[in-house]
Amino acid sequence: MAVATTTETGARPVRAGRRLSLPAWVGTVPFLGYVGVFLLLPTGIVLFHAFQNQSGGFSLSGLKVLGDSTVRGFFVGSAELAAVTSVIGAVLGAILAYAVASGNPDGVVRRLYLAASGVLAQFGGVTLAFAFLATVGPTGLLLHASWFYDFPQGIGLIYVYFQIPLMVLVFMPAIDGLKVQWREACENLGGSAWQYWLHVGGPLLAPAFLGATLLLFANGLSAFATIWAWENQIAYTVPQQISIALSSEVGLANANESAVLALGMVIMVVIVMTGYVLLQRRAARWLR
Amino acid sequence: MAAVTSLGESSLTAPAKGRRGMQAGRRRRLNLFRYLVFTAFGLFFILPLLATARFSLEGSQLGTWSVAAWKQIVSYPGPPPLLSSVEITLELAVITSGVVLVLLVPTMIWIQLRVQWIGRVFEFLCLLPLTIPAIVLVVGLAPIYNFIRHYQLSALQLFWAYVILALPYAYRALSAGLGAMDVTTLSEAARSLGANWFTVIVRVIAPNMRQAILNAMLLTSALVLGEFTIAYLLLYNNLQVNLYFISRATPNAAVIFSTSLGALIFAFVLLLILSYVGRRRARG
Repeated sequence: MAVATTTETGARPVRAGRRLSLPAWVGTVPFLGYVGVFLLLPTGIVLFHAFQNQSGGFSLSGLKVLGDSTVRGFFVGSAELAAVTSVIGAVLGAILAYAVASGNPDGVVRRLYLAASGVLAQFGGVTLAFAFLATVGPTGLLLHASWFYDFPQGIGLIYVYFQIPLMVLVFMPAIDGLKVQWREACENLGGSAWQYWLHVGGPLLAPAFLGATLLLFANGLSAFATIWAWENQIAYTVPQQISIALSSEVGLANANESAVLALGMVIMVVIVMTGYVLLQRRAARWLR
Repeated sequence: MAAVTSLGESSLTAPAKGRRGMQAGRRRRLNLFRYLVFTAFGLFFILPLLATARFSLEGSQLGTWSVAAWKQIVSYPGPPPLLSSVEITLELAVITSGVVLVLLVPTMIWIQLRVQWIGRVFEFLCLLPLTIPAIVLVVGLAPIYNFIRHYQLSALQLFWAYVILALPYAYRALSAGLGAMDVTTLSEAARSLGANWFTVIVRVIAPNMRQAILNAMLLTSALVLGEFTIAYLLLYNNLQVNLYFISRATPNAAVIFSTSLGALIFAFVLLLILSYVGRRRARG
């Protein structure tokens, strides 16, 4: 930082004469403007609508929607789906990440798994619903699962399919951070593999693991495309209901339902992501 | 790390033997574990893709084979025609990557060089979209897009929102690239040779982070190719939305399987390229 200040003062004489009036932060204005209009403004609009009554004035009456038992059911459904798939995804993903990380760091296997993980974790969406329809749907090739359209097991299976790759991507750096020397030190002291994982590796990875699980939870909460392609008639989760509310909102009794639901989701995700950031910071203490 | 270990072993022969024996046993167990895991997970991940592939090759009669569905990608009538939404999506990928780069690269370099105190705010803003799900963002974007629609109806307008979705991923890729070089020294050298700030950013520093820029572009493109939520809820028609509507109109239409598998493979190849690009940067 000190060096940068030197640059600044060193550069001054060249520029000072010509553009005296513009401070350096002006260079960030295009970015700030863009983010202001397309990220902060929409977020503000959601908040604004959530606290608005029918006639447009400020009120907390819109929030009553959150007390409704049906609406609470959507939140419970979302949390249930996210919890189940994040825990399963985290455990299985951690195992896979360890298997991938323990191989050649420059090898083809690692490359393939990481590229595939990137695709399946972020690219999934509608495609994954199709893929599972073809595999275990009513006319599926592998089996005709009677529970394919059941909540949460049917959609949960599809969610696990993208939660595992996400776990691999997020958890891999933590496993890579485990130093060989720690393992050797443990072995030199006569520790078994079991003792190593219980007393050294496990505690070291625990914060990273919990943090990654929270990230998966947030991911499960906010996913929409897959569940909508899977079932668009019955809403089980908040994202589905937001979509239904958005498309039928004009002139209905609870005109701001989608904004209130969205606000509820933001609150949930922010709580979870705060936990994630704190745990990441804790994990970074050793794994670097 | 492996080099350090083997050096230590050769200097102390006697204990090294014991350890090597222990490690060999461990390695065998580890390899067994790895093969089991790769097989199990490989099956879990490949089966749905194989089923998709089989459905995409289904003939007109059940159980027959045909490549008709793959040919249909270019001819499926819609409305709107499937090919037109493929084109729109590819164009969106290009536009979005371009805008992301123009927005991020100069700003990031500028912040690093001149206004570091703004760096934390900048990072926060870039990572913020991770905590605001697309389904929430779209609720707030709807009024803004109502406004945009007064002037321009094309689905290409989606890029405004897609840039925001891509911010966290592009930011991470670019900041890794920026961190890998000595920005201050480079800019001091250029400045003392008489370059202005524009030259420093565009002709000195940006070319040094070519790989990071390519990474950011590939990640952004992959994201745009798979985007559904925002396009669907803002009533635009991109590739995923079109596939969704085809599947609603004709369940099990072979063309949805061929197209989505094609898109998946395309994204996979993009990311595989990225992994090789990343390796070259690490070495060079």
